[in-house]
Amino acid sequence: MMIPCPFCGARGSAEFATVGSKPPPRPAPDAPPEAWHDYVNLRDNPAGLHDELWQHVHGCRQWLVVTRDTRNHAIAAVKAARA
Amino acid sequence: MDCLSIAATGAAMSCCFGRGWLAVVVGVGLDDPMKYSALAILRHALTGNRSWKPVWRQPEPRAAYDTVIVGGGGHGLATAHYLAKLHGITDVAVVEKGYLGSGNVGRNTTIIRSNYLLPGNTHFYEHSMKLWEGLEQDINYNAMVSQRGVLNLCHSDGQRDAYARRGNAMRIAGVDAELLDAAQVKAMLPLLNTDNPRFPVKGGLLQRRGGTVRHDAVAWGYARAADSRGVDLLQNTEVIGIRVEGGRVRGVETTRGFIAAKRVGLAVAGNTSRVAAMAGLRLPIESHVLQAFVSEAVKPMIDCVVTYGAGHFYVSQSDKGGLVFGGDIDGYNSYAQRGGLPVVEDVMEGGVQLFPAMSRLRYLRQWGGIMDMSMDGSPIIDRTPVEGLFLNCGWCYGGFKATPASGWCFAHTIATGQPHALNAEFRLDRFATGAVLDEKGVGAQPNQH
Repeated sequence: MMIPCPFCGARGSAEFATVGSKPPPRPAPDAPPEAWHDYVNLRDNPAGLHDELWQHVHGCRQWLVVTRDTRNHAIAAVKAARA
Repeated sequence: MDCLSIAATGAAMSCCFGRGWLAVVVGVGLDDPMKYSALAILRHALTGNRSWKPVWRQPEPRAAYDTVIVGGGGHGLATAHYLAKLHGITDVAVVEKGYLGSGNVGRNTTIIRSNYLLPGNTHFYEHSMKLWEGLEQDINYNAMVSQRGVLNLCHSDGQRDAYARRGNAMRIAGVDAELLDAAQVKAMLPLLNTDNPRFPVKGGLLQRRGGTVRHDAVAWGYARAADSRGVDLLQNTEVIGIRVEGGRVRGVETTRGFIAAKRVGLAVAGNTSRVAAMAGLRLPIESHVLQAFVSEAVKPMIDCVVTYGAGHFYVSQSDKGGLVFGGDIDGYNSYAQRGGLPVVEDVMEGGVQLFPAMSRLRYLRQWGGIMDMSMDGSPIIDRTPVEGLFLNCGWCYGGFKATPASGWCFAHTIATGQPHALNAEFRLDRFATGAVLDEKGVGAQPNQH
């Protein structure tokens, strides 16, 4: 799988590391436990387009939001996580 | 009575006697023509092997069943078998979108073991091991259960201490475990490179009762056993919806029409999130791809299952002679049943570090299966917030060894409406309550389990 880094160009996925899904906004510190459970543990896990966080660890070290189809690994969009 | 009629009567008697004798010899078949035995093989040989029958029916879906199991893999078929055999629930359909055993039950590296640390896991997997030990007699099917031993290698003093702790925990729970030193490991595996300067082999934790099982035979054997008790196995029948009314499951919509059911059990591994979403559930599950590999066949070189403690690599040798091995998951969400090349490289590196002779082998094929990775690396066998809907998922990449106990516990949970003590800790709500079963202690990060 090649990931088109907006800073470095297309590179092999071995240069990158992922933490998985792009998380929803972090709950407030005093949010109820259900909100934290939802944030930490539950996943949409779609078969299709999936927004996920990757870091170009062996490149520019930037965090990226990669929109990838989990059925065939086709990458629809890549942008810097810090817009 | 003249001589002729006496002779004729004698001939008739000997003929009857002859048939009777033949029926006794081939006989197991008279009571149960489907039962396999050495005599059944002989009988079929005498009749030119023309009378073998398909081992399960191809029924049309009925409009309603007591229980529908979604997923015709190892876990779903085992569940159907134990529901019918142990709980007397035979009004059951197993609904499978492809053919039986087309998913992970035929995609794993066939390893069985029960070498877990945490009590909630140890007793469950040990129950599974005991079911493996009696499986072939239970289902009258040769699953080639081979208790050739599972050896986890350690490469540092700290790792050996951790293995000693795990071995002690196993023995307290009644599981067999032996701690081996480097010389004992070397004696077991002459081709193992024990002197790698970075990761020397310091010893290993051996579970002799672990081993391998012919994985397709597990699916076929459970399918045949369930079918013989009246379970309908519905192949090429994909679930496209789950009907829920008033918080209670009413049945499943399939590509062959609606099937009503009082109880529905999901055992769909990597597709768990998709199917559960049809009932409005959002789960602590991510789907990841795990690859496996087979080499060309060679003479016996590894007679147990070996796992690398300093990399992610495990290998055994099949009865045909091919090395069967695998490593880590690819690390990103995937519903594609094929993996990427970086993990192929990583797995090969691990293998060649352990067994340098592997570098001379050619690899026949590789494939991928979709794992239902949970947030703590342990499975879920439980009820759901939808009345009558039951969930069996979260097997990560350890589902095959669990097949018998998973079916056994899931059948108990469905039949009684309550979890058995063995799966009492595999609760769906443990992530919310914090009572997680995290063997590796890495938290809600599925690609690290």
